[in-house]
Amino acid sequence: MSAVTETFSQPGKLGATVSDWWVITKRNLVTYLRKPDLLVFSTIQPVMFVLLFVYVFGGTFELILPASVPYVDFLMPGIFVQTAIFASTQTGVGLADDLQKGLIDRFRSLPMARSAVLAGRTAADTVSVAVQTILMLIVAFLVGYRLHEGGWEAMLAFIGIVAVGYAFTWVSAFAGLSLKTIEAVQAALFTIVFPFVFVSTAFVPLATFPSWLQGFAEWNPVSIWVDTIRKLTLGDLYSPATHPLFENVKPLGELMWLSVGWFLFFLVVFSFLGVRFYRKT
Amino acid sequence: MSEPAIVVEGLVKRFGKVEALRGVDLQVPPSTVFGLLGPNGAGKTTAVRILTTLLSPDQGRAIVAGFDVVKQAEQLRHVIGLAGQNAAIDENLTGLENLEMVGRLYHVPAAEAKRRGEEILERFELSDAAHRTAKTYSGGMRRRLDLGASLVGKPQVLFLDEPTTGLDPRSRLEMWDIIRELVMEGTSLLLTTQYLEEADRLADKISVIDVGRVIAEGTSDELKARVGGEVLALRVAERDRAAEAAGTVLGLGPGGGNVDNNTGEINVPVGADGTAILTEAVRRLDAEGIKLADVALRRPTLDDVFLALTGHAAEAAEVDQASEDGGKKGKRERKREKV
Repeated sequence: MSAVTETFSQPGKLGATVSDWWVITKRNLVTYLRKPDLLVFSTIQPVMFVLLFVYVFGGTFELILPASVPYVDFLMPGIFVQTAIFASTQTGVGLADDLQKGLIDRFRSLPMARSAVLAGRTAADTVSVAVQTILMLIVAFLVGYRLHEGGWEAMLAFIGIVAVGYAFTWVSAFAGLSLKTIEAVQAALFTIVFPFVFVSTAFVPLATFPSWLQGFAEWNPVSIWVDTIRKLTLGDLYSPATHPLFENVKPLGELMWLSVGWFLFFLVVFSFLGVRFYRKT
Repeated sequence: MSEPAIVVEGLVKRFGKVEALRGVDLQVPPSTVFGLLGPNGAGKTTAVRILTTLLSPDQGRAIVAGFDVVKQAEQLRHVIGLAGQNAAIDENLTGLENLEMVGRLYHVPAAEAKRRGEEILERFELSDAAHRTAKTYSGGMRRRLDLGASLVGKPQVLFLDEPTTGLDPRSRLEMWDIIRELVMEGTSLLLTTQYLEEADRLADKISVIDVGRVIAEGTSDELKARVGGEVLALRVAERDRAAEAAGTVLGLGPGGGNVDNNTGEINVPVGADGTAILTEAVRRLDAEGIKLADVALRRPTLDDVFLALTGHAAEAAEVDQASEDGGKKGKRERKREKV
């Protein structure tokens, strides 16, 4: 190999960046295909949640929910959002692994876009969130889940779930680059995400929380996202008019704005922090 | 090109309170192999990380292939290759996919990236494993693939950070052959190592680095000349009498020398009077009833040089890798004491 550099028509800056993003995305997607067990096992856990809630706690919930709202229909939007958020921990784990193996050092020594490693990884992991959501939807239908609104609303709900996953892959990416070990990333993300997922309307209506927790539970981004998905799949069944338990449910328009707001907040803040950390690591 | 491949002036890097580099100067002529020799924790990896744009220095400047590592980092990355201490490869990709990926990230067109990938696999004898995931590769194969990845961009300056650490002897010899071939083709190469033998075999010029400073530089022969003449190497039969024997013979040379109480080995630089000192040493030890298992006059090795320069042996240094990354200074186990 001679020391003379051969020059090719170098792609433009934008072209090069897009190419780098695609190369890294492809690399991570190939990894998913080579390790199908990863996808299978990360889907089994939420499936167990569905079975637990529907068949173990479901009986009790059916007693308090209005007859027109089966518990599984109330529950699934919560499970979808929870699955998307938990699935995104894979991003941080993968980056910590790359960091430990020295791959990040190699990437950082290459003339590639500084954003590509993170953008490619989050994109690939979002594809995995989408696949898991579809698998969960199939399981949901098997246990009696029904959509009460139209196809467009369902499509919008699906996009919303995947978007939540995407925003959280950036949170997870930041955790991966700052904590640097797989174990720390897993422990930290679980600890931080846990209260947001469980002190939310994901599994129970807001009215059932003690009053001192209601403020947090109401504005918690997980509640906002879950309620938006619920509105899009239950429609007017999930509104104050239906039942006193739903007295605090906001109208769809307001939920949509709040959802987009939280999404942008997570995306902007954590992509900024993530890329900053990547440059410095 | 006649400008130096690497110029480093007054490089300082601190991690918290620890100074990993305390003013390092280096000059690497083009198309040569430059060896950065030192124990773990000496600052070798920190230096390589700065020269490959992964870290920025606190003081001083560094020019690689004509580009400033801080101000022109982007341009510089097009013309360098790095193989770090770990085999930085994706285990879930095949050997060829790994090389193609790196090629694409150097913005080499897809077809050309594939061609280069195949060429590299062929020459590193990995063609048979080209379509197997790297997970299935042995340690030596991974290192070769990793080195291959650093070549895909046809770099002008190549950095190899401890390329043979952790390899079995056979893989190490293979690696040496590969590195020697690269050099013949005119690549400028900076290689770090803690193995004196490796620097001796591969490097045209060597800088010895210890606790963040260059303590000596020159060709392997020049460095050996600093020990001066020959070395009298003795091994006593009863190890517990090594210290006693050392007391007897160390004063015979012009100065310096060392004893290893674990192996009973004693090394005494003897200058030009080798034969006379040897005879005298044997006579005195015999008078004291100390039996010798081995005695020889030999040319000094880089080991002797290192010991003479730093007061401790290079390969005895055992530090956790965190010392260079995290900044903590590890403890050195001193196997041999300079006397």
